[in-house]
Amino acid sequence: MGQTMTEKILAKGAGVDEVTPGDIVEVNLDLVMTNDVTAPLSIREFQKTGLEKVFDPSKVVFVPDHFVPAKDIRSAENAKIMREFAHEQGTLYFELGRAGIEHVVLPENGLTLPGDIIIGADSHTCTYGAFNCFSTGMGSTDIAAAMATGTTWIRVPPTLKLVYTGTLPEDIGGKDLILHTIGQIGVDGGLNMVLEFTGPVIDQLPQDDRIAMCNMAIEAGADTGIFPFDDITKTWLDEVTDRPYEAVASDPDAHYERVVEIDVTNLKPVVALPHLPSNVHFADSIEDMTINQVVIGSCTNGRLSDLRAAAEVLRGREVHPNVRLIVIPGSQKVHRDASKEGLDDIFMEAGAIFSTSTCGPCLGGYMGVIADGERCVSTTNRNFRGRMGHRSAEIILSGPKVAAASAVLGRVADPSQLN
Amino acid sequence: MQYQGKTWKFGDDIDTDVIIPARYLLTSDGEELAQYVMEDLDPSFPSKVQAGDIIVAGKNFGCGSSREHAPIAIQGAGVSCVIAKSYARIFYRNAINIGLPIIECPEAVDDLEEGDELEVDTTEGVVVNTRTGKSYDATQHSPYVQQIIQAGGLMAAVGERVKAQAGESAG
Repeated sequence: MGQTMTEKILAKGAGVDEVTPGDIVEVNLDLVMTNDVTAPLSIREFQKTGLEKVFDPSKVVFVPDHFVPAKDIRSAENAKIMREFAHEQGTLYFELGRAGIEHVVLPENGLTLPGDIIIGADSHTCTYGAFNCFSTGMGSTDIAAAMATGTTWIRVPPTLKLVYTGTLPEDIGGKDLILHTIGQIGVDGGLNMVLEFTGPVIDQLPQDDRIAMCNMAIEAGADTGIFPFDDITKTWLDEVTDRPYEAVASDPDAHYERVVEIDVTNLKPVVALPHLPSNVHFADSIEDMTINQVVIGSCTNGRLSDLRAAAEVLRGREVHPNVRLIVIPGSQKVHRDASKEGLDDIFMEAGAIFSTSTCGPCLGGYMGVIADGERCVSTTNRNFRGRMGHRSAEIILSGPKVAAASAVLGRVADPSQLN
Repeated sequence: MQYQGKTWKFGDDIDTDVIIPARYLLTSDGEELAQYVMEDLDPSFPSKVQAGDIIVAGKNFGCGSSREHAPIAIQGAGVSCVIAKSYARIFYRNAINIGLPIIECPEAVDDLEEGDELEVDTTEGVVVNTRTGKSYDATQHSPYVQQIIQAGGLMAAVGERVKAQAGESAG
């Protein structure tokens, strides 16, 4: 029986010839990650083992990004616990000014390569599957155990194969594709499975769009997502690393739990209305839904191509007087690259703020928390009740172009409605 | 282990943002987090829930963020166990790792009215609704997960392993 790419990676990590969905395997880890929210608990649990050193400091990474630059004393103290532990252990660590959002920073630094097995104490760790690796989120205690042993247990997930066919319309990005997919299969449509993204549309899709798609595999309940390796991924990785890696491909006779074909030909830009990412509609079908705030950024859509897409819409236009537009690059590198291209000027000229990198508003942390009754269009990944602020506030998820067009028109809008 | 308690019933897809909103993630102290547990779904829940109560929910309980603060907040509120139709994977692992008893039992959830008293045997995987007298079999945890539970949580299991390895290398 053939194996999926996920099964091949997990079999290799477990040191066996093959695995079957449902098997529980103990795998060796290539990277173990935490951030300023989850690290203090991981460190406390790790210290209970009595071990002095983490299993391999070059495979443990800490990224301050959720509540930093510190929003108050407690967040400063959490960041301090993490920073001091990282320095004492000699692990990888990305400080403010050289960092940004973990899921943007780690790929930029060549730390997420094909064939790797990565776990992180953040549910969007599934993002790295866009680089043909097995990567999944866990809680702080699982990460503590992994820092101690360099291994974790995985229940080999069955694979849901998504096949994207047809012709991709202009203005449709990875975010539209993944929201549309979650709208079809539901927030538990991939529960305890892996989403394998394939098909002729995927073969042509730019790497950043693949990253945005894989980032939201968790929003379909999946353990993670994974993409085939090809020249598009190789070209992206050639820019950031010369570490050798071994890409994997699914066998033609691999077993899939389910195969879903999605024809994209008639797709239009979409939004997910409150309060689930599966509540998906075409943006141009939403009438008179006025908004108070727009956020463009996050681990889903904070990359240079996302900022370019938003700037393209905003160039020469003004943000609606009733709207606050907050643009947050996903990393220091994205920030600098965007500035070099003059994107910062386009945003500020339009009446937006252009901030340093942080997860901030996505999780209602700071830098854009929303009030009772307010409505926010956001390129982030979750529109759960209370996620970005008050429990009565509403979050509408979209890609960067819909977000930018909505900021200009002061209501949920499709970019085609601008002219 | 056996538990008996009054139930609070929630729907499908209860996410970790409503179990404990991110604005409270600056601490991982269970008692402090318990003051806010489920407040975005029901602001009065933290004051209503009593030690020993049981949370009952639909499918995909604990979806969303990886925050371990979610099961910690539930545990901090004194909730004795959680019964759902299914769990999001990360929440499931987190609950097992910190020793919050959770079981899957879809039929018991369907038949239950909020406020019903349940008798739950997490070792045998049996749920009894004392109002109706009906008994239900819960889904068994995998043997691997049962080992973690028996060791007293993941870090206790890892601690044993670390000690054993230290013993080997010393010997």
